[in-house]
This record gives sequence, structure tokens and C-alpha cells, in this order.
Amino acid sequence: MTEILKAENDQQVLETLKWAAAEEKPLEVRGGRSKSSLGRPTEIDHVLDLSALSGVTYYEPSELVLAAGAATPVAEVEAALTENNQQMAFEPPDLGPLMGIAAGQGTLGGLLSCNLAGPRRIKAGSARDHFLGFNAVSGRGEEFKSGGRVVKNVTGFDLSKLLAGSYGTLAVMTEVTLKVLPAPEKVRTVLISWSKDGIYDHGGVKALTDAMASAHEVSGAAHLPAAIAKRSAVDYVAGSGRAVTAIRVEGPEPSVAHRCDALKSLLGKYGDMEELHTANSTVLWREIRDVACFADEHDRDVWRISVPPASGSRVALKILEGRPGEALYDWSGGLIWLALNPTPDACASVVRQTVAEFGGHAMLVRAPEAVRLRVPVFEPQDGALENITRRIKEGFDPHGILNPGRMYEET
Amino acid sequence: MLMPEPDNAIIARREEIIEAMRGIVAGEGVIFGEEELRAYDCDGLMAYKQLPLIVVLPETTQQVSQILKYSHENDVKIVPRGAGTGLSGGALPLADAITLGLGKFKDIVEIDFENRCVVTQPGVTNLALTQAVEHAGFYYAPDPSSQIACSIGGNVAENSGGVHCLKYGLTTNNVLGVELVLMNGDIVRIGGKHLDSDGYDLLGVIAGSEGLLGVITEVTVRILQKPETAKAVLLGFDSNEAGGDCVAAVIGEGIIPGGMEMMDTFAIQAAEDFVHAGYPLDVTSLLIVELDGPAAEVDYLVGRVEAIGRAQNARYIKVSESEEEREKFWSGRKAAFPAVGRISPDYMCMDGTIPRGQLAHVLNRMAELSKKYELRVANVFHAGDGNLHPLILFDSNEPGELENAEKFGADILRLCVEVGGVLTGEHGVGVEKRDLMGEMFTEDDMKQQQRLKCAFDPEQLLNPGKVYPTLHRCAELGKMHVHRGQLAFPDIPRF
Repeated sequence: MTEILKAENDQQVLETLKWAAAEEKPLEVRGGRSKSSLGRPTEIDHVLDLSALSGVTYYEPSELVLAAGAATPVAEVEAALTENNQQMAFEPPDLGPLMGIAAGQGTLGGLLSCNLAGPRRIKAGSARDHFLGFNAVSGRGEEFKSGGRVVKNVTGFDLSKLLAGSYGTLAVMTEVTLKVLPAPEKVRTVLISWSKDGIYDHGGVKALTDAMASAHEVSGAAHLPAAIAKRSAVDYVAGSGRAVTAIRVEGPEPSVAHRCDALKSLLGKYGDMEELHTANSTVLWREIRDVACFADEHDRDVWRISVPPASGSRVALKILEGRPGEALYDWSGGLIWLALNPTPDACASVVRQTVAEFGGHAMLVRAPEAVRLRVPVFEPQDGALENITRRIKEGFDPHGILNPGRMYEET
Repeated sequence: MLMPEPDNAIIARREEIIEAMRGIVAGEGVIFGEEELRAYDCDGLMAYKQLPLIVVLPETTQQVSQILKYSHENDVKIVPRGAGTGLSGGALPLADAITLGLGKFKDIVEIDFENRCVVTQPGVTNLALTQAVEHAGFYYAPDPSSQIACSIGGNVAENSGGVHCLKYGLTTNNVLGVELVLMNGDIVRIGGKHLDSDGYDLLGVIAGSEGLLGVITEVTVRILQKPETAKAVLLGFDSNEAGGDCVAAVIGEGIIPGGMEMMDTFAIQAAEDFVHAGYPLDVTSLLIVELDGPAAEVDYLVGRVEAIGRAQNARYIKVSESEEEREKFWSGRKAAFPAVGRISPDYMCMDGTIPRGQLAHVLNRMAELSKKYELRVANVFHAGDGNLHPLILFDSNEPGELENAEKFGADILRLCVEVGGVLTGEHGVGVEKRDLMGEMFTEDDMKQQQRLKCAFDPEQLLNPGKVYPTLHRCAELGKMHVHRGQLAFPDIPRF
């Protein structure tokens, strides 16, 4: 029987963790529950519910800094930022629908704990690059903080980076501080429509790396094979029945117009060129950001694969050889979202062998619980790195009370 | 500056250690003569000097691994050193430690334009990195002002910034991977040409770790295509408040300039006397705002910045009309440190960051402190991100002036923390700000940070005495002070 402990404030988080550390009671750390199926499945008797730690506590648009309770809904933060024409530049994805739940459930703490980022990752960095500081309670039952409320700071180890992507296994964040940035005035997308029929994954990734190597400050670079493009809500993308490569530029109007023209002449050799303006661009990049193309067929396993951008299509096509599935390319080819027909091991060995050949790592994002127990969800570590991971965990959470097993079976 | 008590047992074994090192690094790579060691007795923070036990200059990762393995097994401390340009004493030698210099790691390993990255050895200078790729229009964005001399390995260790980091990020945002040798000699690769880390973000904590976690033997950095063009706007104001308000207005209008620098009266005057940059001398604060990108964007944004300047009552506005003029505008700012060095026998450069809204308050308080300590201070300032560089002028030949300048500097940093800022924006803690860490962090905060070090270097042999004021043994840090049954059951809602 799961028991839910609902902390109403920082002090109760501290008390709960002191108790859990003393009694060696593992806790599942929960914000909005939107990512509960992300990571290894765990069976933990006690849940620490942080949902009360919600609300923006500090926001100075001209300082480019925002602080909020860890369980503040991402949507609430986005609304506050939009009012001031600002944004979280790493373009937080909403993976709810991909994971089979409603959109809009995510919290700031969850977003940072999983270090997620959308298409703008290639220009603006990931959540970790915008994470300035936090207050937290360690698995030792001790309050500590790191970082600050200014955008430039090298005082002490950068523990924000460590907590970003630690899936709640090191400490329970109570308040987080982010760097925010102005939202762009205009958005446009240059589309390359490839000839009918044929596989254009290699061509698409080549076009993306060409665009990224230009001076045009590309802020989104994705390739949609024909079958994926067909499922877009944007007519220009879906209508042609062709593979589509999408390149986004953002900024003031004169700049965006100039860079679009320059990109069209740079990439015209690849196929027919089309241009999307702000409204259609917004829809398309949200679809890419949230991996909407794989949100409907829930029986398929989904991998998130990070590789050197130029090798994206080679990695994906090699895995897909003889295996029914689809690949969506983001981050100029450096991020592959791969959907595969269900198998007992989600094709883990071929995925990991192929990724190892090119450098990078793979995470099994969506698969039945039994599969995610059988197959390492995160890239397995070995030797010295595994030792460091284990020792870091012990330093922050010696009794293993925080989300034990969420990342690796042993930590 | 109090450093950890040297271990005389290690010093007594100096000859044996030299022999062991010569067995690993042949010929001139092991330095032990007093005259030769003198060249390594400090880094860019020249107020503190100490001769190292010996200096070793390996040439391969294998040698680094063997040196660390030997040192680990023999309890010998290691102080890693890049180009020695650091400003916080991070590479200050210890009497009982080997200074491990990476100066011979001078090769660029691979240039990969398709993946927009360069794989390089750590001893390559920041500027040489850019020079290696500029034939194809690329550059490496972070540009600390020491870029002609500082090494990329040191940049990673210090998480260096520069005038362009508001728009392009610090080193940590531009590094993709490292090869790192751990204190026990293990060689690990973290990151690579891909973007995201797997598992805990070790790369993120290595950037800015000031040589406390491992020795970097290879770095992969992202490179960018150079902006098509750039223009700089000079804006002069009657008060620091007005200058600060203009910075806030530029950002408030959604403009993130490539660079946005501010100078106070004293710094303007010193720079103008030195390099004749064409700065107005009748203003209290001067802004340099640089816009970069395609010409269409730059012209548009320059127009908007001019309009903001007028609305903020700038008494002087000038836009660079040529590349030559843009560089001239920058020449004064870039020469600010030597310009101050010219009019004072010594100066000390501070590096706090503050919320920008506090600028006028902080500058006024600094003027009061200047009177109190009877020492002059010039201010240059990365205005976009709130990073202050007050330059305190003093004469170390005058008895007590260095100590007075140190106290003045410490008061400035306390002030930064008091208004919601931090001790260091880009120069690092090193030894210089080590004893001020308690102004910003509680004992528990620092202990938790040190537990991270314990995961990498449990015996604390790497760069001890830097960053953290108190050395705790890892075994002590690992202890849990909880007692079953003595804690109140948490009084919180349960479902």
C-alpha cells in the first residue's frame, strides 16, 4: 500500500527527509506526476508529494531571472513569462501525450530533474544551461543550496548541473532559479520538400548540418520522413506527401526575412523550398518538440537517442534495417526519436551497439513496465564512471532513500 | 593567505619523487631547480607566491595517468596548471605538491565542421582555437580577455567567461566533452560530439571545478560561424543610475547584445589617456553596446538602441561606422586593466556579480568604501550580466596597503552578496575568495559541495586548500548524524 506524504512547505520536506533518512524509508519524489513513467519503474511504499511547493517567488524580467517553488506548473511559469515577452529559451517539451497522459501536467522541478529541452537546444542549450540555482534537501536530511540569482556565477561547484538530469535521485529541490530570455519577435521556418518517394534521411541531415554551419543563427533543425510529415497539422508539411526538412530562424523581422532568403538560396539545391510564418511555425515546432508524431500509437516502443548530429541518419537507418519503425530527427540530426514495433527487449542490443559505434547514448523513453525493468532505460555505465556515479549518489543520499532504482538498478 | 600546513614527510621524500617522475616523463619535463621553479611560483594572481615541490610537464595522457597513480599511491598532492593566467590563485603552488603543467598538450586533435566542433588538447590557447577554424568562417565564442595566452583546459577548469557570454554563454555552455584523468590514474571520457550527457551531468560539474576533480587531457568544444557583421554603439550618461537604467531598458525591449560593457569616470579617463579610444570625458558612465548578426539585423537593432539611449537621456551617442572604429571603441575597454596598471604600482581586480538593478547602490557604496580605505577604485563592468570588475589601486611597497586593498576587496564582495549577488562571476574562487565562501554559503552548503569532490578524489590530493575554507576528511563528510527513533515523526498530511 502506497502512503502519500504531502509536504506543505520546505520545513516539512526537511522533516520528512530526516525521518526517511533515519528510518531508511525510500521515497518516490513527486511533483505533477507527468513523468512517472519516465525512467526505470520503481515500487516504493512512500511518496513525497511536493505539489504544494508551487508558485513564482521572484521574477525580475530586466534581470532575466525567475525563481519558483519546485512544483510550480511549467504552464504557470510560461504564462508569467509570456506576459513580459520572455521565455525559457531551452523550449521545454511537454512529453505528456507521448507518455500517454494529458498535456500541461509538468512542473518546473520535474522539467529540470529530467534536463529536457526542445528544438532550440542546438542554439540555446538545455534546461541545465538555464538552471542558475536551487534550495534543496539532500537524502541526508540536510538543507543546502547552490548557485545564485544572477546569470553569471562561478562560485563553488555548479551543483545545478548535477541535479539537472538526476531524476530526483540526489536531493529534493524545494525552490529553483532559472535564467529567462526575451522571446523572439518573429519566427519563420524554411521547408525543404524532397522529391516524391525514396528515403531522404541522409539528405535531410546533410541539409540540416549545412544550415547549422551557416551564420544564420538557426534555432530549430529537424527532418521529418514522409510518413511522419503526413501526420502534421500544418498543411504545407502534411499536404505534399513528401519528406520535409524544417529549419527555423527567430528574431526581429528584418533579420528573419534576410536569413530566410539566405537559407533558401543555400539549400535550394536539395528540393522545393517553402516558408512558414509565425503561426504555422509555432504549430510545427511544438509537434516536433513534443514528439507528437509518436503520441498516438502507444504500443510502440520509443527511444531517445543522442549522437553526433551528422551521423543521425546513419544511426537511425542502421537500427531500422529490417525492423519496422520510424525516426524523427531533431537537433540537426543529433537527437533521434525512434519508434519501434514492440519486442521483448525493445531492440535494446542493436540500439546500444549502433549508438556505441558512433558515440552518444540512448534512453528507452516509452515501453511497457516489464520491458523497462528488463532493459536498462539509461545508457549503462561501466568502470570508473559507474564508480563516480555511485559515490556521488552516496554523498547526497547515503541510505538510498530518494527515487532508488529510477536511473540505475543499483543506485 | 593561510594554506594547508605542508607535509614535511613528503618534502623529505623530494629526491625520491623526482626520480619517480623522471621515470615517467623523460628529460626536461621534470623541473626541480629553484631558479626554474621560480617561473611557476604564482598564476595571474601575483599577490601570492609559493615555490612548488617540483613541476612536471607531461606530454601524453598516459603520462598524466601514471603521475597521478604514483601520487595517489604515495600521498603526494597535485596542483594542476594550464597557462597560469588565472586571476584567483587556483594554480597557486603548494610547498608539498607537484605542480602538473599541461603546457605541452598543444595539439588540435580534430576539426569537425559537420558536427561544428573541435577536439583539442588542453594546452591550446583560446585564441589558437579560433585561429584554427577561422579560415572556414568559424570561431570559438567564449573570449576571456586573456585569450591570447589562456589555455582551453584552464578555461574549462575555471568556466571562463568574456565580454560575449551574455549572448553566447560561458565555457560550460560551449563544451561538449572532456577526457579526464582521475586522481587514482583512471582515464575517463565524459560527453563527446553529441549534445546531452547520459547519467549525472559530470561535464557540468567539471566545468568550473578549479582543478579539484580531475586533470583534463582533452576537450571537445562547439564552434560557431562568425556573425556576418558587428557594430558598436557608445552611449554616455550623466550618472551611473542612468547608465544602469539604459542597460535594463535594452534588455527590457528584448535585445540581447553580443556585448554590453560599462565603465565609470575613472576607468574612462584612464583608458582614454592610455589608448585614445575617442571616449567622451564629460560623462559619468559610458556604455559600449555591440550588436552582431546579419547587416539587416544589426542596422535595425542599432537604430533601436540609439532610440533607447535618447529616451534614457544619453548625453553622448556614437555608432561605429567602420570595423576600424568598432575596434577603436573596444580598445579602451580592453586596455582598461593595463591603463589602470599604468597609473598605479599595483592593482587588484575583483569579480563579483550583482543583480543589475543594484548597480547604482553598489557603486555609491563602493565610493564610500574607497574613502574609508583611502584607496582609489576604477570600475569596468560586464553590464549585461551584472558582472563587476572593480580595480582597486594600491602600492605594495607602502606598508599595509596590500592588506588594506584586500580588506577593501573583501568588503566589495560582501556587498555583492548582501544585495543578492555572488562572489565571483568568471574568475573563480581559488585562494583569493576562499575565505569569503562563508559569506554566501552555510557550512552545510559547502559540505555538500565537498561531498562531490569526495566522489572524484576521496583522499583530497587534488588542489587542496583551494575554493573551500575548511578541509574536511571525506570519511567525516560521509557520516550521517541521525539517530533512529529520536526524530519526531514528520507532522505532515498523509494520505
